[in-house]
Amino acid sequence: MRKLFADTMVIAERNLIRLPRSPDLLIAFTVQPIMFVLLFAYVFGGAISTPGYSYIDFLIPGIIVQNIAFGGFVTAVGLNEDLSKGLIDRFRSLPMARPAVLAGRTSADIVTNLLSALVLLVTGLIIGFRFDAGPLDILAGMALLLFFGYAFSWVFALFGLVVSSPEAASSVGFIVVFPLTFISSAFVPVESMPDGLRWFAEINPFTFMVDAMRALWLGAPAGNSIWGAFVWTVAILAVFAPVSVSRYRRAAVN
Amino acid sequence: MTRAGQIRDAAETGGAEPEVPRDGPAITAGGLVKCFGDVRAIDGVDLEVETGTILGLLGPNGAGKTTVVRVLTTLLKPDSGAATVAGFDVLSEGAALREQIGLAGQYAAVDENLTGLENLTMVGRLYGMTRSRAKMRAWELLARFDLADAAKRPARTYSGGMRRRLDLTAALVADPPMLFLDEPTTGLDPRSRIALWETIESLVADGTTVLLTTQYLDEADRLADRIAVIDHGKVIADGTPDELKDRVGGEKLEVRLSEPGDADRAIELLVSMTDEQPVFEDGSVKLTVRRRKGAIVEAVQRLNQAGIGIDDLGLRRPTLDDVFLALTGHAAEVEDAGQVEV
Ligand SMILES: Nc1ncnc2c1ncn2[C@@H]1O[C@H](COP(=O)(O)OP(=O)(O)OP(=O)(O)O)[C@@H](O)[C@H]1O
Ligand SMILES: [Mg+2]
Repeated sequence: MRKLFADTMVIAERNLIRLPRSPDLLIAFTVQPIMFVLLFAYVFGGAISTPGYSYIDFLIPGIIVQNIAFGGFVTAVGLNEDLSKGLIDRFRSLPMARPAVLAGRTSADIVTNLLSALVLLVTGLIIGFRFDAGPLDILAGMALLLFFGYAFSWVFALFGLVVSSPEAASSVGFIVVFPLTFISSAFVPVESMPDGLRWFAEINPFTFMVDAMRALWLGAPAGNSIWGAFVWTVAILAVFAPVSVSRYRRAAVN
Repeated sequence: MTRAGQIRDAAETGGAEPEVPRDGPAITAGGLVKCFGDVRAIDGVDLEVETGTILGLLGPNGAGKTTVVRVLTTLLKPDSGAATVAGFDVLSEGAALREQIGLAGQYAAVDENLTGLENLTMVGRLYGMTRSRAKMRAWELLARFDLADAAKRPARTYSGGMRRRLDLTAALVADPPMLFLDEPTTGLDPRSRIALWETIESLVADGTTVLLTTQYLDEADRLADRIAVIDHGKVIADGTPDELKDRVGGEKLEVRLSEPGDADRAIELLVSMTDEQPVFEDGSVKLTVRRRKGAIVEAVQRLNQAGIGIDDLGLRRPTLDDVFLALTGHAAEVEDAGQVEV
């Protein structure tokens, strides 16, 4: 167990020291969320009615959840590159704790996700987003957000291990996760959707998560959203972490 | 760094006691089979390697060398058969086995976004060293492999040969008792090749066991205590380099004639010294002599008496090239140096 923790930290460090050297990755983490916030706020802002909130207040929790769910693409692409370059073989031949390669990657994502979320939040604050909650609730929201992002990093880890190229890893992630984020309460009120979509949106983990963020940051009625989001996150982790690890144990470079 | 030091280190960071190699052969393998779909990559491989020796695994492209290495280093599960490394079973004792080995695979596996120093430090820490010890060890190896100047540059900026060297040093970081090197010198310049040979020799002198695959017969000849020739997934011959050479036959006499026109007469004069028909190639008459002793004097006398001029003449033992050719039916295929993948 101690070895697992130590090795996880070594791998996490490995994945983080490259960041300042990769301008393209830094842009993905920072410029992209800024761009999304501005586009949504100013292009859709006037067209979507969000009773009780200004669109910018409504939007920020939604877009920050979407953004954090995609943070795991670094894991998918990185793992796939490691596989194709033979690094996974090197790791698998070392006396290290085997889950550490995945755990290190996903832990590094927590740091990049936090960075990205802060950039997004500051952008939101500049264009008019306001919290309506105490500091504890705000922090609890941030913690829940990072936990949710961490669970999705494990989903992406699996994508990275099963597909044949880094490009495929990120596009599979996109194809699977993108619709989920849109058929949720992230960008439009669920009530405005047709019946079928609405049914799906109401059980979608993204809806629970976004509603939980609105409850914690804007003081919206929580209902069962916070618990729902937490249970969903634990469930996603409980499924994808073991599946990814067992897939990793068997992974062989072709 | 000493092995004891490494073990102490591992004990500091990890919970479990580090394992030490068990007595007995460094490698045993019996009836290893591994298929990929229809391809029988290895098809019943038996091996035994004594501790402190070098086994050269020789074979043409696709023979199954890399597959053997991957099975022995626990990267692949064999379909059937059994093997141990340093006394640990590849199937049931993988974790303890991996504490005993260092692997440099056929293609350099380095993190291109990290510097050479960071790469080696990471590997050292994953072997259980403390950060400072791993760093010290990294510097030591970088200096030995002529990479100290590039230590703080991302490996992305390294040349192919530099990456290869960095990858090899990663296998040496923990000074493991058992080294697996898959075509270690492919892509290295002559100087680096010799430096690596010397490193391997000094490690073996200290008791390390090495399994190396190679396409270069001179490399196998110089380094290997024993050679296993593998083709189509089977070991088709094994023994010391000398035993293998003896198996393909006696010594070759080569006589370069001053006048190529004398070839037929020379062959006629020398034919009784051999059991086979002498050939005339590249201006020389070549034959496998029945007896080494006196062969040169005999040949000179016969040709002199007939007034045939000799430019040069020599007796040479068969090379591993001859062995390779005789056993596999084709010459060793050396990859084009320009296309070496790393
Ligand atoms: N992952 C794999 N999937 C399918 N076939 C494979 C795989 N790995 C190896 N093979 C096949 O197994 C056979 C042996 O391959 P191997 O890599 O062990 O040969 P090798 O002796 O190392 O060759 P080389 O000298 O070219 O490195 C080849 O026919 C190869 O195509
Ligand atoms: Mg090979």
